[in-house]
Amino acid sequence: MSERNENPQHRDAIIRVLIAKVGLDGHDRGVKIVARCLRDAGMDVIYTGLHRTPEEVVSTAIQEDVDVLGVSLLSGAHMTIFPRLIALLRESDAADILLVGGGVMPDEDVAALKELGVAEILLQDTPPDAIVETVRRVVRARGPRSAH
Amino acid sequence: MVTAKPSLELVAEVLNGHPRSISRLISRVEARDPECRPALAQIYEHTGRAHLIGITGVPGSGKSTLVRELALAARKTDRTIGIIAIDPSSPFSGGAILGDRIRMNELTGDPGIFIRSMATRGALGGLARASMDAVDLLDAAGFDMILLETVGVGQDEVDIVQAAHTTVVVSAPGLGDDVQAMKAGLLEISDIHVVSKCDRADANKTIIDLKAMLSLGLRMNSTTGWQPPVVRTSAEAKEGIDELLAAIDRHREHLQHSGELAQRRRRTAEMRMLKTAEDILRARFISRDDDIVVDLVERVITRALDPYTAALNLLATLDEGKSDDGGKKRP
Repeated sequence: MSERNENPQHRDAIIRVLIAKVGLDGHDRGVKIVARCLRDAGMDVIYTGLHRTPEEVVSTAIQEDVDVLGVSLLSGAHMTIFPRLIALLRESDAADILLVGGGVMPDEDVAALKELGVAEILLQDTPPDAIVETVRRVVRARGPRSAH
Repeated sequence: MVTAKPSLELVAEVLNGHPRSISRLISRVEARDPECRPALAQIYEHTGRAHLIGITGVPGSGKSTLVRELALAARKTDRTIGIIAIDPSSPFSGGAILGDRIRMNELTGDPGIFIRSMATRGALGGLARASMDAVDLLDAAGFDMILLETVGVGQDEVDIVQAAHTTVVVSAPGLGDDVQAMKAGLLEISDIHVVSKCDRADANKTIIDLKAMLSLGLRMNSTTGWQPPVVRTSAEAKEGIDELLAAIDRHREHLQHSGELAQRRRRTAEMRMLKTAEDILRARFISRDDDIVVDLVERVITRALDPYTAALNLLATLDEGKSDDGGKKRP
């Protein structure tokens, strides 16, 4: 159990994550492994399959009220799709949903995306434990979304 | 910003159908945050309009696909649809992979459809603890039809029958002797039977088996005046979905005219109250700051007490607790 669950008041405040693949990118072995790692770390993981649009993903993230939106992108379209996702989240009054990106991309793009509001980028050599730790860290840093 | 707005301030937005507020309140119910209870009490006053349809069946029988097709068909009749799709939590990590949406992607983006995935989080019976509160939120938000998809069930995870107005049991060909396996529990709770994947060659045998099984029980069921129909569907061939929707609508009419709707509402109210009381009691025991639970468990292990007597002792402490702390240990 994560430390978040030790407070009896929030015993069941399990971290919810949406794992999504956006656009023309047919590689989903990686995201399935990530989904499994997060599940084994005690999180609720929603997976929607391949070829989603940014609009669909943001609409799903809102209905599912996830803490983290994890988008894996191996197609090279990260400088188009991540900014679009950030803009849609803001338009939808959902900027508290944290966008975590994964994939292969140049360091300068990583810096630019973080500047834009992506919470974290996990590159190709990130071990499973680090993925789990990153999700917990960004959620902790954002703080609780309960009303007290 | 919705983020940390008090739950009571979200009520009006839920009644207006605001997705962000609905989903946030569902999360707070799921987290058993006591802060949201007064808001849920207000929400409850606005419920009772939606038709709640339970979709259940063994794993892999095609429940999610059927939910998608049913939602698409019902949208053509201008009804709005709320969907709650439940998947199991891991008994080891407590986490869950919620994958029902993979088969519902066509529904995303339609503002007349709201889908929420839920994990069972240790609840047995095929539903999650917060399922019915989530149903209330969607009902109050104005969704006309609510589809509640259970986890893939085995023989007697039949809580859905106490929750739904209309229960649809999905069977699929090729799952071996599933009809046999179901005959004690699932078959009896069904208002409508669906045999899915009817484009498959072995579907006819499943239908024959099912009808044969049902005919054995005809006499017993005749008091309600409703004979559960068997509807054959194929999402692949786009067949049978309109028939299923028509059967669901016919069942709703039957419930209203026969007076059975009132009976089912009574049953649901009783189930919810008793289940919630159990949950509150359990939470109260677990959150106690004294060692009474640990001590009693120890005495059961050493055979000094039997589990039943230990449970009576535990319950007896509730009354004591009330007199000395004024019930402060409530969750």
